[in-house]
Amino acid sequence: MNIPSLTISSVRKGLTDRTFSAVELAQEALAFAKAENPKTNAYLTFSDERALAAARAVDAKLAAGEDPGVLAGVPVGVKDVISTRGVRTTCGSKLLEHYIPPYDATAIERLEAAGGVMIGKANCDEFAMGSSNENSAYGPVRNPVALDRVPGGSSGGSAAVVAQGTAVVSLGSDTGGSIRQPASFCGCVGVTPTYGRVSRYGLVAFASSLDHIGPFSRTVADSATLLTAIAGRDSRDATSALHEVQDYAAAMQQPLQGLKIGLPKEYFAGLANETGDRIQAGIEVLKKQGCEIVDVSLPHTEYAIEAYYIICTAEVSANLSRFDGVRFTTRSAKAETLIDMYKNSRGEGFGAEAKRRIMLGAYVLSHGYYDAYYIKAQRVRSLITRDFAQAFEKVDALITPVSPFPAFKLGEKVNDPLQMYLSDIYTITGSLAGIPCMNVPCGTTAEGLPVGMQILTKHFSEDLMFRIAHQYEMSGGFSA
Amino acid sequence: MKLTEEQVRYVAGLANLTLTEAEIHQYAHDLSDILTHIDKLNELNTDGVEPMAQVLFAAEETATLREDEPRPCLTNAEALANALVSGQGYYKVPRVIER
Repeated sequence: MNIPSLTISSVRKGLTDRTFSAVELAQEALAFAKAENPKTNAYLTFSDERALAAARAVDAKLAAGEDPGVLAGVPVGVKDVISTRGVRTTCGSKLLEHYIPPYDATAIERLEAAGGVMIGKANCDEFAMGSSNENSAYGPVRNPVALDRVPGGSSGGSAAVVAQGTAVVSLGSDTGGSIRQPASFCGCVGVTPTYGRVSRYGLVAFASSLDHIGPFSRTVADSATLLTAIAGRDSRDATSALHEVQDYAAAMQQPLQGLKIGLPKEYFAGLANETGDRIQAGIEVLKKQGCEIVDVSLPHTEYAIEAYYIICTAEVSANLSRFDGVRFTTRSAKAETLIDMYKNSRGEGFGAEAKRRIMLGAYVLSHGYYDAYYIKAQRVRSLITRDFAQAFEKVDALITPVSPFPAFKLGEKVNDPLQMYLSDIYTITGSLAGIPCMNVPCGTTAEGLPVGMQILTKHFSEDLMFRIAHQYEMSGGFSA
Repeated sequence: MKLTEEQVRYVAGLANLTLTEAEIHQYAHDLSDILTHIDKLNELNTDGVEPMAQVLFAAEETATLREDEPRPCLTNAEALANALVSGQGYYKVPRVIER
Protein backbone atom coordinates (compact mmCIF):
# COMPACT_ATOMS: atom_id res chain seq x y z
CA MET A 1 0.00 0.00 0.00
CA ASN A 2 1.14 3.55 -0.71
CA ILE A 3 1.11 5.19 2.72
CA PRO A 4 1.75 8.82 1.56
CA SER A 5 -1.31 8.80 -0.69
CA LEU A 6 -3.78 7.66 1.99
CA THR A 7 -6.66 9.81 3.21
CA ILE A 8 -9.17 9.16 6.00
CA SER A 9 -11.73 7.96 3.44
CA SER A 10 -9.29 5.77 1.48
CA VAL A 11 -8.23 4.09 4.74
CA ARG A 12 -11.89 3.42 5.49
CA LYS A 13 -12.41 1.97 2.02
CA GLY A 14 -9.34 -0.25 2.39
CA LEU A 15 -10.66 -1.56 5.71
CA THR A 16 -14.22 -2.24 4.52
CA ASP A 17 -13.00 -3.79 1.23
CA ARG A 18 -10.59 -5.89 3.30
CA THR A 19 -7.65 -4.72 1.21
CA PHE A 20 -5.81 -4.45 4.52
CA SER A 21 -6.59 -4.76 8.22
CA ALA A 22 -6.03 -1.93 10.69
CA VAL A 23 -3.18 -3.91 12.26
CA GLU A 24 -1.51 -4.44 8.86
CA LEU A 25 -1.85 -0.73 8.10
CA ALA A 26 -0.42 0.25 11.51
CA GLN A 27 2.54 -2.10 11.05
CA GLU A 28 3.26 -0.82 7.58
CA ALA A 29 2.81 2.84 8.57
CA LEU A 30 5.20 2.40 11.51
CA ALA A 31 7.82 0.67 9.36
CA PHE A 32 7.54 3.38 6.71
CA ALA A 33 7.70 6.23 9.23
CA LYS A 34 10.77 4.71 10.91
CA ALA A 35 12.54 4.27 7.57
CA GLU A 36 11.78 7.84 6.46
CA ASN A 37 12.37 9.60 9.79
CA PRO A 38 16.17 10.00 9.56
CA LYS A 39 15.63 12.40 6.62
CA THR A 40 13.58 14.89 8.64
CA ASN A 41 13.81 14.06 12.39
CA ALA A 42 10.07 14.69 12.50
CA TYR A 43 9.21 11.97 15.05
CA LEU A 44 10.81 11.88 18.50
CA THR A 45 9.13 8.71 19.75
CA PHE A 46 7.27 5.84 18.07
CA SER A 47 4.36 4.33 19.96
CA ASP A 48 4.22 0.83 18.43
CA GLU A 49 2.49 -0.84 21.32
CA ARG A 50 -0.22 1.73 21.62
CA ALA A 51 -0.74 1.91 17.84
CA LEU A 52 -1.15 -1.85 17.55
CA ALA A 53 -3.57 -1.97 20.49
CA ALA A 54 -5.70 0.77 18.88
CA ALA A 55 -5.56 -1.01 15.51
CA ARG A 56 -6.58 -4.34 17.06
CA ALA A 57 -9.59 -2.60 18.65
CA VAL A 58 -10.61 -1.28 15.21
CA ASP A 59 -10.25 -4.71 13.61
CA ALA A 60 -12.32 -6.29 16.40
CA LYS A 61 -15.11 -3.75 15.89
CA LEU A 62 -15.10 -4.32 12.15
CA ALA A 63 -15.22 -8.09 12.67
CA ALA A 64 -18.14 -7.69 15.06
CA GLY A 65 -20.01 -5.47 12.62
CA GLU A 66 -19.76 -2.45 14.97
CA ASP A 67 -19.01 1.15 13.97
CA PRO A 68 -15.22 1.52 14.23
CA GLY A 69 -15.41 5.36 14.27
CA VAL A 70 -14.78 8.08 11.70
CA LEU A 71 -10.99 7.84 12.09
CA ALA A 72 -10.91 4.03 11.95
CA GLY A 73 -7.37 2.77 11.42
CA VAL A 74 -5.98 6.18 10.41
CA PRO A 75 -2.26 6.59 11.30
CA VAL A 76 -1.87 9.83 13.26
CA GLY A 77 1.16 11.80 14.44
CA VAL A 78 0.79 13.78 17.66
CA LYS A 79 2.80 16.84 18.68
CA ASP A 80 4.97 16.08 21.67
CA VAL A 81 3.33 18.73 23.87
CA ILE A 82 0.11 16.69 24.02
CA SER A 83 0.01 14.25 26.94
CA THR A 84 -0.19 10.58 26.07
CA ARG A 85 -0.56 8.04 28.84
CA GLY A 86 2.39 5.66 28.89
CA VAL A 87 4.08 7.31 25.91
CA ARG A 88 6.98 9.69 26.55
CA THR A 89 6.04 13.35 26.14
CA THR A 90 9.13 15.58 26.00
CA CYS A 91 7.70 18.93 24.83
CA GLY A 92 10.93 19.15 22.82
CA SER A 93 12.72 19.85 26.12
CA LYS A 94 15.68 18.17 27.78
CA LEU A 95 13.87 18.83 31.02
CA LEU A 96 11.18 16.26 30.15
CA GLU A 97 13.44 13.72 28.44
CA HIS A 98 12.09 10.87 30.57
CA TYR A 99 8.58 12.14 31.33
CA ILE A 100 5.82 9.60 30.82
CA PRO A 101 2.38 11.14 31.42
CA PRO A 102 0.05 9.18 33.71
CA TYR A 103 -3.00 10.36 31.75
CA ASP A 104 -4.21 11.18 28.23
CA ALA A 105 -5.17 14.57 26.86
CA THR A 106 -8.88 14.78 26.03
CA ALA A 107 -8.01 15.17 22.34
CA ILE A 108 -6.13 11.84 22.48
CA GLU A 109 -9.01 10.06 24.22
CA ARG A 110 -11.39 11.33 21.53
CA LEU A 111 -8.96 10.51 18.71
CA GLU A 112 -8.75 6.90 19.85
CA ALA A 113 -12.46 6.66 20.62
CA ALA A 114 -13.01 7.55 16.95
CA GLY A 115 -10.66 4.74 15.88
CA GLY A 116 -7.52 6.85 15.25
CA VAL A 117 -4.16 5.09 15.57
CA MET A 118 -1.40 7.21 17.10
CA ILE A 119 1.90 5.98 15.67
CA GLY A 120 4.26 8.48 17.25
CA LYS A 121 5.05 11.81 18.86
CA ALA A 122 6.15 14.66 16.63
CA ASN A 123 9.13 16.94 17.24
CA CYS A 124 8.49 20.61 18.06
CA ASP A 125 10.11 23.74 19.43
CA GLU A 126 10.71 23.48 23.17
CA PHE A 127 7.37 23.95 24.96
CA ALA A 128 5.97 25.09 21.57
CA MET A 129 8.02 28.29 21.58
CA GLY A 130 9.49 29.05 18.20
CA SER A 131 8.80 29.61 14.53
CA SER A 132 11.35 27.24 12.96
CA ASN A 133 11.52 24.07 15.07
CA GLU A 134 15.18 24.90 15.75
CA ASN A 135 14.45 25.29 19.48
CA SER A 136 13.94 21.55 20.00
CA ALA A 137 16.41 19.94 22.41
CA TYR A 138 16.32 16.92 20.07
CA GLY A 139 17.56 18.70 16.98
CA PRO A 140 15.67 20.60 14.29
CA VAL A 141 13.16 19.07 11.91
CA ARG A 142 14.03 19.34 8.23
CA ASN A 143 11.34 20.47 5.80
CA PRO A 144 10.39 17.43 3.66
CA VAL A 145 9.88 19.72 0.65
CA ALA A 146 13.45 21.12 0.87
CA LEU A 147 15.69 19.38 3.39
CA ASP A 148 18.02 22.36 3.90
CA ARG A 149 15.09 24.46 5.10
CA VAL A 150 13.08 24.72 8.32
CA PRO A 151 9.57 23.20 8.46
CA GLY A 152 8.31 26.20 10.44
CA GLY A 153 7.30 26.02 14.04
CA SER A 154 6.47 25.32 16.61
CA SER A 155 4.50 22.32 15.27
CA GLY A 156 7.23 21.60 12.69
CA GLY A 157 7.17 17.84 13.24
CA SER A 158 3.38 17.63 12.93
CA ALA A 159 3.51 19.47 9.60
CA ALA A 160 6.46 17.44 8.36
CA VAL A 161 4.93 14.00 9.05
CA VAL A 162 1.87 14.93 6.99
CA ALA A 163 3.90 16.53 4.18
CA GLN A 164 6.33 13.61 4.16
CA GLY A 165 3.47 11.14 4.13
CA THR A 166 4.48 9.25 7.27
CA ALA A 167 1.08 9.99 8.84
CA VAL A 168 -2.30 10.63 7.21
CA VAL A 169 -3.16 13.41 9.65
CA SER A 170 -1.57 14.88 12.76
CA LEU A 171 -2.33 17.01 15.77
CA GLY A 172 -0.42 20.17 16.56
CA SER A 173 -0.87 23.14 18.84
CA ASP A 174 -1.07 26.81 17.95
CA THR A 175 -0.50 29.78 20.25
CA GLY A 176 0.55 32.50 17.79
CA GLY A 177 0.72 30.63 14.47
CA SER A 178 2.34 27.32 15.42
CA ILE A 179 -0.04 25.27 13.26
CA ARG A 180 -0.67 27.63 10.33
CA GLN A 181 2.92 28.73 9.71
CA PRO A 182 4.47 25.22 9.54
CA ALA A 183 1.50 24.08 7.42
CA SER A 184 2.29 26.90 4.99
CA PHE A 185 6.04 26.09 4.98
CA CYS A 186 5.42 22.38 4.33
CA GLY A 187 2.47 22.74 1.94
CA CYS A 188 -0.32 21.13 3.91
CA VAL A 189 -3.62 22.07 5.51
CA GLY A 190 -3.38 23.29 9.11
CA VAL A 191 -6.29 24.45 11.25
CA THR A 192 -6.45 26.59 14.38
CA PRO A 193 -10.04 26.32 15.57
CA THR A 194 -11.90 28.84 17.72
CA TYR A 195 -10.37 29.23 21.19
CA GLY A 196 -12.13 26.68 23.40
CA ARG A 197 -13.37 24.54 20.51
CA VAL A 198 -10.99 21.70 21.45
CA SER A 199 -10.29 20.91 25.10
CA ARG A 200 -6.82 21.91 26.29
CA TYR A 201 -6.87 19.25 29.02
CA GLY A 202 -3.56 17.42 28.70
CA LEU A 203 -1.99 20.00 26.38
CA VAL A 204 1.12 21.05 28.30
CA ALA A 205 0.35 24.72 28.95
CA PHE A 206 2.37 27.41 27.17
CA ALA A 207 0.07 30.49 27.12
CA SER A 208 -3.31 29.39 28.40
CA SER A 209 -5.41 32.22 26.95
CA LEU A 210 -3.93 31.57 23.49
CA ASP A 211 -3.28 27.80 23.30
CA HIS A 212 -5.23 25.69 20.80
CA ILE A 213 -5.03 22.07 19.62
CA GLY A 214 -5.75 21.61 15.92
CA PRO A 215 -5.32 19.27 12.93
CA PHE A 216 -2.90 18.96 10.00
CA SER A 217 -3.76 17.04 6.82
CA ARG A 218 -3.17 16.86 3.08
CA THR A 219 -6.84 17.50 2.23
CA VAL A 220 -9.36 19.92 3.71
CA ALA A 221 -11.83 17.09 4.27
CA ASP A 222 -9.39 15.21 6.52
CA SER A 223 -8.85 18.20 8.82
CA ALA A 224 -12.61 18.75 8.95
CA THR A 225 -13.19 15.13 9.95
CA LEU A 226 -10.39 15.12 12.54
CA LEU A 227 -11.57 18.38 14.12
CA THR A 228 -15.16 17.12 14.31
CA ALA A 229 -13.88 14.07 16.20
CA ILE A 230 -11.83 15.93 18.83
CA ALA A 231 -13.90 19.11 19.34
CA GLY A 232 -16.49 19.80 22.01
CA ARG A 233 -17.09 20.61 25.63
CA ASP A 234 -14.95 18.90 28.24
CA SER A 235 -15.64 19.39 31.94
CA ARG A 236 -11.90 19.11 32.62
CA ASP A 237 -11.20 22.34 30.70
CA ALA A 238 -13.36 25.17 32.05
CA THR A 239 -12.54 27.29 28.98
CA SER A 240 -13.78 24.65 26.53
CA ALA A 241 -16.84 25.94 24.70
CA LEU A 242 -20.41 24.77 25.20
CA HIS A 243 -21.30 25.36 21.53
CA GLU A 244 -22.54 22.29 19.73
CA VAL A 245 -19.98 20.75 17.37
CA GLN A 246 -20.97 20.66 13.71
CA ASP A 247 -20.08 17.95 11.21
CA TYR A 248 -17.55 20.14 9.41
CA ALA A 249 -16.97 17.75 6.50
CA ALA A 250 -20.70 17.61 5.76
CA ALA A 251 -21.00 21.41 5.93
CA MET A 252 -18.45 22.22 3.24
CA GLN A 253 -20.13 21.04 0.04
CA GLN A 254 -22.11 24.22 -0.61
CA PRO A 255 -20.76 26.53 -3.38
CA LEU A 256 -19.28 29.94 -2.52
CA GLN A 257 -21.49 32.05 -4.79
CA GLY A 258 -22.40 35.34 -3.10
CA LEU A 259 -19.94 35.21 -0.20
CA LYS A 260 -18.14 38.40 0.72
CA ILE A 261 -14.43 37.95 1.27
CA GLY A 262 -12.42 40.74 2.91
CA LEU A 263 -8.79 41.56 2.21
CA PRO A 264 -7.34 43.49 5.17
CA LYS A 265 -5.12 46.14 3.60
CA GLU A 266 -2.61 46.03 6.49
CA TYR A 267 -1.69 42.46 5.50
CA PHE A 268 -0.97 43.21 1.86
CA ALA A 269 1.05 46.42 2.19
CA GLY A 270 4.62 45.59 1.23
CA LEU A 271 3.84 42.05 0.14
CA ALA A 272 5.19 42.57 -3.36
CA ASN A 273 6.92 39.23 -3.71
CA GLU A 274 6.19 35.70 -4.85
CA THR A 275 4.15 35.07 -1.69
CA GLY A 276 1.93 38.03 -2.59
CA ASP A 277 1.60 36.82 -6.20
CA ARG A 278 0.53 33.31 -5.16
CA ILE A 279 -2.08 34.72 -2.78
CA GLN A 280 -3.43 37.09 -5.45
CA ALA A 281 -3.80 34.07 -7.73
CA GLY A 282 -5.66 32.31 -4.93
CA ILE A 283 -8.00 35.27 -4.54
CA GLU A 284 -8.71 35.11 -8.30
CA VAL A 285 -9.80 31.49 -7.86
CA LEU A 286 -12.28 32.57 -5.17
CA LYS A 287 -13.53 35.38 -7.39
CA LYS A 288 -14.23 32.88 -10.19
CA GLN A 289 -16.26 30.88 -7.67
CA GLY A 290 -18.56 33.87 -7.28
CA CYS A 291 -17.08 35.49 -4.17
CA GLU A 292 -17.23 39.23 -3.91
CA ILE A 293 -13.84 40.62 -2.87
CA VAL A 294 -13.94 43.63 -0.54
CA ASP A 295 -11.12 45.73 0.91
CA VAL A 296 -11.27 46.05 4.69
CA SER A 297 -9.05 47.45 7.41
CA LEU A 298 -7.87 45.98 10.71
CA PRO A 299 -6.27 49.17 12.01
CA HIS A 300 -4.56 47.80 15.13
CA THR A 301 -2.65 45.06 13.30
CA GLU A 302 0.66 46.88 13.69
CA TYR A 303 0.47 46.52 17.49
CA ALA A 304 -0.30 42.80 17.53
CA ILE A 305 3.22 41.39 17.82
CA GLU A 306 4.07 43.63 20.75
CA ALA A 307 0.85 42.79 22.59
CA TYR A 308 1.27 39.10 21.84
CA TYR A 309 4.83 38.83 23.13
CA ILE A 310 3.82 40.50 26.40
CA ILE A 311 0.75 38.32 26.98
CA CYS A 312 2.31 35.05 25.89
CA THR A 313 5.54 35.50 27.84
CA ALA A 314 3.63 36.56 30.97
CA GLU A 315 1.60 33.36 30.75
CA VAL A 316 4.75 31.32 30.00
CA SER A 317 6.53 32.57 33.09
CA ALA A 318 3.58 31.47 35.22
CA ASN A 319 2.88 28.16 33.45
CA LEU A 320 6.48 26.99 33.31
CA SER A 321 7.02 27.58 37.02
CA ARG A 322 5.74 24.03 37.57
CA PHE A 323 8.99 22.66 36.16
CA ASP A 324 10.94 22.95 39.37
CA GLY A 325 12.84 19.68 39.69
CA VAL A 326 10.30 18.07 42.04
CA ARG A 327 7.63 16.29 39.99
CA PHE A 328 8.92 16.05 36.43
CA THR A 329 11.83 13.65 36.03
CA THR A 330 14.90 15.88 35.99
CA ARG A 331 16.62 17.61 38.87
CA SER A 332 19.94 19.38 39.14
CA ALA A 333 22.60 17.36 40.94
CA LYS A 334 24.14 20.61 42.17
CA ALA A 335 21.95 21.89 44.98
CA GLU A 336 22.14 21.88 48.76
CA THR A 337 18.95 23.83 49.42
CA LEU A 338 15.45 23.76 48.01
CA ILE A 339 15.68 27.16 46.35
CA ASP A 340 18.97 26.28 44.67
CA MET A 341 17.46 23.02 43.51
CA TYR A 342 14.64 24.97 41.80
CA LYS A 343 16.97 27.50 40.24
CA ASN A 344 19.62 25.06 39.05
CA SER A 345 17.12 22.48 37.76
CA ARG A 346 15.44 25.18 35.67
CA GLY A 347 18.69 26.83 34.61
CA GLU A 348 20.11 23.50 33.42
CA GLY A 349 16.86 22.09 32.00
CA PHE A 350 15.37 24.89 29.89
CA GLY A 351 16.79 25.86 26.51
CA ALA A 352 17.73 29.38 25.45
CA GLU A 353 14.37 30.46 24.00
CA ALA A 354 12.34 29.10 26.92
CA LYS A 355 14.57 31.00 29.33
CA ARG A 356 14.35 34.16 27.22
CA ARG A 357 10.56 34.06 27.32
CA ILE A 358 10.36 33.18 31.02
CA MET A 359 12.62 36.18 31.73
CA LEU A 360 10.60 38.55 29.55
CA GLY A 361 7.38 37.32 31.14
CA ALA A 362 8.72 37.66 34.68
CA TYR A 363 9.86 41.19 33.82
CA VAL A 364 6.55 42.41 32.35
CA LEU A 365 4.68 41.00 35.35
CA SER A 366 7.10 42.39 37.92
CA HIS A 367 6.24 45.10 40.41
CA GLY A 368 5.97 48.50 38.77
CA TYR A 369 5.71 47.16 35.22
CA TYR A 370 2.53 45.09 35.36
CA ASP A 371 0.17 47.93 34.33
CA ALA A 372 2.53 49.44 31.77
CA TYR A 373 3.06 46.13 29.97
CA TYR A 374 0.60 43.38 30.81
CA ILE A 375 -2.58 45.42 31.30
CA LYS A 376 -1.67 47.64 28.35
CA ALA A 377 -1.24 44.55 26.14
CA GLN A 378 -4.61 43.19 27.27
CA ARG A 379 -6.24 46.47 26.29
CA VAL A 380 -4.60 46.28 22.87
CA ARG A 381 -5.88 42.72 22.59
CA SER A 382 -9.41 44.06 23.05
CA LEU A 383 -8.84 46.54 20.22
CA ILE A 384 -7.51 43.85 17.88
CA THR A 385 -10.48 41.62 18.65
CA ARG A 386 -12.83 44.55 18.03
CA ASP A 387 -11.17 45.15 14.64
CA PHE A 388 -12.15 41.63 13.59
CA ALA A 389 -15.71 41.97 14.91
CA GLN A 390 -16.14 45.16 12.87
CA ALA A 391 -14.68 43.56 9.73
CA PHE A 392 -17.05 40.59 10.08
CA GLU A 393 -20.01 43.00 10.04
CA LYS A 394 -19.03 43.73 6.43
CA VAL A 395 -17.66 40.41 5.17
CA ASP A 396 -18.12 36.68 5.75
CA ALA A 397 -14.46 35.75 5.84
CA LEU A 398 -10.99 37.23 5.51
CA ILE A 399 -8.10 36.11 3.32
CA THR A 400 -4.51 36.97 4.26
CA PRO A 401 -1.02 35.55 3.86
CA VAL A 402 0.20 33.17 6.59
CA SER A 403 3.87 34.10 6.46
CA PRO A 404 5.62 37.01 4.74
CA PHE A 405 8.07 34.54 3.15
CA PRO A 406 8.34 30.82 2.39
CA ALA A 407 10.44 28.33 4.40
CA PHE A 408 13.87 29.80 5.20
CA LYS A 409 17.17 27.96 5.52
CA LEU A 410 18.13 26.18 8.73
CA GLY A 411 20.21 28.56 10.85
CA GLU A 412 19.22 31.64 8.85
CA LYS A 413 17.33 33.44 11.63
CA VAL A 414 18.33 31.48 14.69
CA ASN A 415 20.59 34.18 16.18
CA ASP A 416 18.06 37.00 15.95
CA PRO A 417 15.09 36.35 18.24
CA LEU A 418 13.41 39.65 17.39
CA GLN A 419 13.42 38.90 13.64
CA MET A 420 12.03 35.44 14.42
CA TYR A 421 9.20 37.01 16.45
CA LEU A 422 8.38 39.47 13.66
CA SER A 423 7.86 36.59 11.21
CA ASP A 424 4.64 35.74 13.09
CA ILE A 425 3.02 39.00 11.97
CA TYR A 426 0.09 37.54 10.00
CA THR A 427 -0.88 34.72 12.35
CA ILE A 428 -0.77 36.43 15.73
CA THR A 429 -3.84 38.64 15.28
CA GLY A 430 -6.23 35.71 14.77
CA SER A 431 -4.72 34.02 17.84
CA LEU A 432 -5.27 37.09 20.01
CA ALA A 433 -8.90 37.34 18.88
CA GLY A 434 -9.43 33.58 19.34
CA ILE A 435 -11.14 33.21 15.95
CA PRO A 436 -10.86 30.16 13.68
CA CYS A 437 -8.13 30.43 11.07
CA MET A 438 -6.40 27.97 8.78
CA ASN A 439 -3.68 27.55 6.21
CA VAL A 440 -4.47 26.26 2.73
CA PRO A 441 -1.66 25.69 0.25
CA CYS A 442 -1.81 28.04 -2.74
CA GLY A 443 0.97 27.01 -5.07
CA THR A 444 4.73 27.30 -4.85
CA THR A 445 7.50 29.80 -5.54
CA ALA A 446 9.79 29.44 -8.57
CA GLU A 447 12.13 27.48 -6.27
CA GLY A 448 9.30 25.06 -5.48
CA LEU A 449 8.67 26.25 -1.92
CA PRO A 450 5.03 26.09 -0.74
CA VAL A 451 3.07 29.29 -0.12
CA GLY A 452 0.05 29.33 2.18
CA MET A 453 -3.10 31.39 2.26
CA GLN A 454 -4.94 32.07 5.52
CA ILE A 455 -8.73 31.95 5.84
CA LEU A 456 -10.24 33.55 8.94
CA THR A 457 -13.90 33.58 10.01
CA LYS A 458 -15.99 34.57 13.04
CA HIS A 459 -15.87 32.70 16.33
CA PHE A 460 -17.36 29.19 15.88
CA SER A 461 -17.72 29.61 12.10
CA GLU A 462 -15.40 26.72 11.30
CA ASP A 463 -18.11 25.40 8.96
CA LEU A 464 -17.76 28.43 6.68
CA MET A 465 -13.96 28.36 6.90
CA PHE A 466 -13.83 24.69 5.83
CA ARG A 467 -16.36 25.35 3.08
CA ILE A 468 -14.21 28.09 1.54
CA ALA A 469 -11.08 25.95 1.88
CA HIS A 470 -12.73 22.87 0.38
CA GLN A 471 -14.30 24.67 -2.59
CA TYR A 472 -10.94 26.35 -3.18
CA GLU A 473 -9.19 22.97 -3.14
CA MET A 474 -11.79 21.41 -5.46
CA SER A 475 -11.29 24.15 -8.04
CA GLY A 476 -7.58 23.41 -8.22
CA GLY A 477 -6.55 26.22 -5.90
CA PHE A 478 -3.91 24.27 -3.96
CA SER A 479 -1.70 24.31 -7.04
CA ALA A 480 -2.91 27.72 -8.31
CA MET B 1 13.72 50.31 27.19
CA LYS B 2 17.23 49.15 28.07
CA LEU B 3 17.77 46.42 30.62
CA THR B 4 21.00 46.40 32.63
CA GLU B 5 22.76 43.18 33.64
CA GLU B 6 21.83 43.96 37.22
CA GLN B 7 18.13 44.06 36.26
CA VAL B 8 18.55 40.78 34.39
CA ARG B 9 19.97 39.19 37.55
CA TYR B 10 17.02 40.50 39.55
CA VAL B 11 14.48 39.11 37.05
CA ALA B 12 16.31 35.76 36.94
CA GLY B 13 15.86 35.65 40.71
CA LEU B 14 12.13 36.30 40.37
CA ALA B 15 11.91 33.55 37.76
CA ASN B 16 13.95 31.05 39.83
CA LEU B 17 16.53 30.62 37.08
CA THR B 18 20.26 30.15 37.52
CA LEU B 19 21.91 31.87 34.56
CA THR B 20 25.56 31.84 33.52
CA GLU B 21 27.44 35.12 33.08
CA ALA B 22 27.29 34.63 29.32
CA GLU B 23 23.51 34.17 29.48
CA ILE B 24 23.07 37.29 31.61
CA HIS B 25 25.03 39.27 29.07
CA GLN B 26 23.06 37.79 26.17
CA TYR B 27 19.62 38.31 27.76
CA ALA B 28 20.43 41.93 28.69
CA HIS B 29 20.97 42.48 24.97
CA ASP B 30 18.01 40.38 23.71
CA LEU B 31 15.47 41.66 26.22
CA SER B 32 16.52 45.28 25.63
CA ASP B 33 15.98 44.76 21.91
CA ILE B 34 12.56 43.22 22.41
CA LEU B 35 11.43 45.74 25.04
CA THR B 36 12.51 48.63 22.81
CA HIS B 37 10.29 47.19 20.12
CA ILE B 38 7.45 46.72 22.61
CA ASP B 39 7.64 50.43 23.55
CA LYS B 40 5.70 50.99 20.31
CA LEU B 41 2.53 50.20 22.28
CA ASN B 42 2.90 53.56 24.05
CA GLU B 43 1.92 55.27 20.78
CA LEU B 44 -1.56 53.89 21.19
CA ASN B 45 -4.11 55.54 23.45
CA THR B 46 -6.00 52.77 25.24
CA ASP B 47 -7.88 54.95 27.77
CA GLY B 48 -11.30 53.50 28.42
CA VAL B 49 -10.55 50.18 26.69
CA GLU B 50 -11.27 47.14 28.85
CA PRO B 51 -8.36 44.71 29.26
CA MET B 52 -9.21 41.40 27.57
CA ALA B 53 -8.50 38.69 30.11
CA GLN B 54 -10.45 35.92 28.43
CA VAL B 55 -11.31 35.15 24.83
CA LEU B 56 -14.99 34.51 25.03
CA PHE B 57 -17.25 32.34 27.00
CA ALA B 58 -20.83 32.93 26.01
CA ALA B 59 -22.56 31.18 28.90
CA GLU B 60 -23.73 31.80 32.41
CA GLU B 61 -21.10 32.00 35.11
CA THR B 62 -22.39 28.78 36.61
CA ALA B 63 -22.11 26.83 33.36
CA THR B 64 -18.85 25.20 34.36
CA LEU B 65 -19.91 24.19 37.86
CA ARG B 66 -20.58 20.56 38.66
CA GLU B 67 -21.75 18.53 41.63
CA ASP B 68 -19.00 18.21 44.23
CA GLU B 69 -18.74 14.44 44.13
CA PRO B 70 -15.62 12.30 44.34
CA ARG B 71 -14.26 11.20 40.98
CA PRO B 72 -11.41 8.87 40.07
CA CYS B 73 -7.99 10.49 40.25
CA LEU B 74 -4.35 9.51 39.91
CA THR B 75 -3.08 7.01 42.45
CA ASN B 76 -0.26 7.97 44.77
CA ALA B 77 2.12 5.75 42.78
CA GLU B 78 1.05 7.32 39.45
CA ALA B 79 1.49 10.84 40.81
CA LEU B 80 4.98 10.03 42.06
CA ALA B 81 6.07 7.95 39.07
CA ASN B 82 7.83 10.85 37.30
CA ALA B 83 9.59 12.24 40.36
CA LEU B 84 13.34 11.70 40.32
CA VAL B 85 13.43 11.41 44.12
CA SER B 86 10.51 10.11 46.18
CA GLY B 87 9.93 7.85 49.12
CA GLN B 88 7.25 6.76 51.63
CA GLY B 89 4.61 8.06 49.25
CA TYR B 90 6.02 11.60 49.13
CA TYR B 91 8.17 13.80 46.94
CA LYS B 92 11.61 14.29 48.46
CA VAL B 93 13.36 17.65 48.28
CA PRO B 94 16.55 19.15 49.76
CA ARG B 95 16.29 20.70 53.19
CA VAL B 96 14.04 23.76 53.41
CA ILE B 97 14.67 25.06 56.94
CA GLU B 98 18.10 26.00 58.26
CA ARG B 99 18.85 24.43 61.63
